[in-house]
Amino acid sequence: MALPTYTSWNYRIWHYTYLTICGLVFFFLIAPLFVILPLSFNAEQYIHFSKGMIALDPDAFSLRWYEDMIYGTKNPWGLATKNSLIIAFFATIGSTVLGTVAALGLSSRHMPYKAAFMALLISPMIVPLIISGTAIFFFMAKVGLAATHTGIILSHIILGTPFVVITVTATLTGFDHSVTRAASSLGSNPVNTFMKITLPLILPGVISGALFAFVTSFDEVVVVLFLAGLENTTIPIQMWVGLREQLSPTIMAVATCLIIMSTLILVSAELLRRRSERLRGINR
Amino acid sequence: MSTEKILSSDGIPLEISLKKAERKNKLKALMLVGPLFLFLIITYIFPIGDMLFRSVDDRMITQKLPNTFAALEKWDGKELPDEATYEAFYKDFYPLAINKEAGKLYQRLNYEKSGFSSGLKKTNRTIKKFEKANYKEQFMATHKIWKDVDYWIALKNTAPNWSYAKYLKGLDLKFDQDRNIIQQDEDRRIHKILWLRTIKVAFWVTVFCFLLAYPISHLLATLPMKYSNLLMICVLLPFWTSLLVRTSSWMVLLQQQGPINDLIVWLGWAADDNRPELMYNVVGTFVAMTQILLPFMVLPLYSVMKTISPSLMRAGKSLGGTPFTAFRQIYFPLTIPGIGAGCLLVFILAIGYYITPALVGGASGSLISNTIAYHMKSSLDWSFAAALGSMLLVGVLTIYWIYNKLVGIDNIKLG
Repeated sequence: MALPTYTSWNYRIWHYTYLTICGLVFFFLIAPLFVILPLSFNAEQYIHFSKGMIALDPDAFSLRWYEDMIYGTKNPWGLATKNSLIIAFFATIGSTVLGTVAALGLSSRHMPYKAAFMALLISPMIVPLIISGTAIFFFMAKVGLAATHTGIILSHIILGTPFVVITVTATLTGFDHSVTRAASSLGSNPVNTFMKITLPLILPGVISGALFAFVTSFDEVVVVLFLAGLENTTIPIQMWVGLREQLSPTIMAVATCLIIMSTLILVSAELLRRRSERLRGINR
Repeated sequence: MSTEKILSSDGIPLEISLKKAERKNKLKALMLVGPLFLFLIITYIFPIGDMLFRSVDDRMITQKLPNTFAALEKWDGKELPDEATYEAFYKDFYPLAINKEAGKLYQRLNYEKSGFSSGLKKTNRTIKKFEKANYKEQFMATHKIWKDVDYWIALKNTAPNWSYAKYLKGLDLKFDQDRNIIQQDEDRRIHKILWLRTIKVAFWVTVFCFLLAYPISHLLATLPMKYSNLLMICVLLPFWTSLLVRTSSWMVLLQQQGPINDLIVWLGWAADDNRPELMYNVVGTFVAMTQILLPFMVLPLYSVMKTISPSLMRAGKSLGGTPFTAFRQIYFPLTIPGIGAGCLLVFILAIGYYITPALVGGASGSLISNTIAYHMKSSLDWSFAAALGSMLLVGVLTIYWIYNKLVGIDNIKLG
C-alpha cells in the first residue's frame, strides 16, 4: 500500500508501525508450524536445533525419523493411520449425507421453527468437547458400542454434521429456486431434480462441508480418548500419548505429514469456495 | 367485495388448497431435517440429558439399604438408633458382604463422611460371624463408627433418591450434618479457584485474540485481493491444521531448551542455567491458546470489515476528522457486530478447552475441562464429572443463547 505524497509524517510513522504489528501477528500465526518441519529431519535424538542444523551441514539432517514412523519396531502409526482413515471415511459419508439433507430442509422457506432447529443441529459444535465426550461415552457404554469403530464413527458423525449443515446452508442462500421449479414443471421427480439440478450446483459447498467433517474426525482426540480401546487407536490418540510421554522426533515427522495434508486440504477447500461463488454468480 | 370464494380448477376453494400446499411443503422440509434431528436426539441430546440425570441420581444407596432407611425414617437423630435399626442394617449389609457387592457403598458413604470406608470394610470382614441377636452390641464392638451418632446422621442424610450434593461440591460447598449448606474446609477449596481460572484464561485469551486479530483483519479487508489472498493462507493454514500438531509445535517452542528460551538467553534476559519456565504453567496455556484460537476471531472480523466501504473513512476525514477520530467514530462502531461474534465464539471455545491446557498447562494452567477428564478417567467419580460438566454446559449454553440473539446462529461462517 503506497501512501499518497501529501501524508503527514505522523501518519507515515503510524502506518509503518501498523504494518509491522500486522507482520508480527502473521508471524505469530504461521511461524510455529514451520518450526516442526526442520526438526523432523534432525539426525539427533533431541528436539532442538543442533549446531550442525544451523550451519546447514548435510550430515545433521536425516530421514531416520520418517523411517522410524513407517518401519519402526512395535510401530503404532500403521494401525493408527488405518483406523483414522476408516473412521474418518465413514464419519465423513455419514455427516455429509445427513447434514446435506438437513440443510436442504433448513433452507426451505416453508421450514417451521427454523432458528430453533438450526440452534439444535449446530449445538455439537458449540458444546465443549469434554461434555460431548462424557455424554457420548455414557451412551455408547450403555448400548455396548464403547471401544468399537461403530461407536467412534457415530460420535464423529455427531461432531461433523454441524460443519456440513453450515457450509451447505451457506451455499443454498444464493440458490435460485426457480431452476428446481422449472425442472419439476418439465416433469422431473424430486429425486431426479435433486441429482441433476440441485446437487451439481451445491456440490462445491457439499464437498467443502465434507472436508470439514473429514478434518474434524481425523483430528478429534477428546471423544476418542473416552471411547477408544487399544484396537481403536487413531493418529491423534497416538500423538496425544506420545506428547504426554516425551516429545520425540518421530512425532515431529508425523506432524510434518499432517501439515502437508492440511495444506492440501486448505488448497482444495479454497478452490472449491471460489468455484462455488462462481457457480452461484457471486462476484467479489 | 364478493362473498363468493375463489375456486381452484378442481372445485376446492383456493384458500384451502393453498393451505394444503403450504402444509405439504412444511412437511417436506421437516422430513428433510428429520433424519439428522432424530439421529442427534437419540445419540446426542438424550445422552446429555442422561448426563444431567446422572449428576443428581443417588438411588444406588437407597436400593442397597432399603430396610435400614425404612427403620431410620422414624429415628430423631439425637441418640444412637435402637436395636431394630441395627438389625435392619444387618439384614441389608449381610447379603452385600457375602456377595462382595459392598464396594460401591464404601465409596459413596465415604464421600458423605470420611471414616465410613474403613469402618464398613472392617464390618464386612466380621459380619459373617455375627450371632443372630444383640446386633447393636456386636456392631459397636466391631468398629467405632457404629458408636458415633454422626455416622448414623450421615447415613440417614443419603436417603433421598436425588441429591444436588455434587453441584455443591463443584462450588466448594457442602452439607453439614443438619443439612445446612456450608463452605468446604479451607484446604479442600479447589474448585472455585479452577472456575475462576477457567473464566480468567478464557477472558484474557479472548482479549488477546481480539487485540491481535483486529489489525490483521483490517489489513486483510483493505489490501487488494491478490495480496490478501496470500496472507489469508497464514490464517487458514493453522485453522485447518490438526490441533495436536499446533500444540506440539508450541511444546517445541516453549520447552526449556527450545528456541524461545535460546533467544531469551542470547538476548541476555536470563542466564543459561536459569532459563524461565514457559511451559507447564499458565503462561503456556495463554500463549498456545491465543495462537490456536486466533483464526476464530479473524474470520468473523474479516467478514464484517469486508463489507465496510472505504469511502466512509474518506468521507469522515474529508469532513475534518483526524484519521483517529474517523476510525473511532465511523469504522470502529461498524465493526462491533464482528467483534461481538468473534469474542463470543472464542470465549465459548476457550472456556471448554481441554487438549492444549492438558499438554502445556501443567498443574497451574489446567482448566475445568481437565478436572472433568480427571474424574472421568482417574478418580472414576462419574457423577461428579457429570455435575461439573452440567455446570459448564449451563454457562456455555447461556453464552450460546446470547450469541444467537446478537449474531444469529445462521450467520456463523467458516473459511
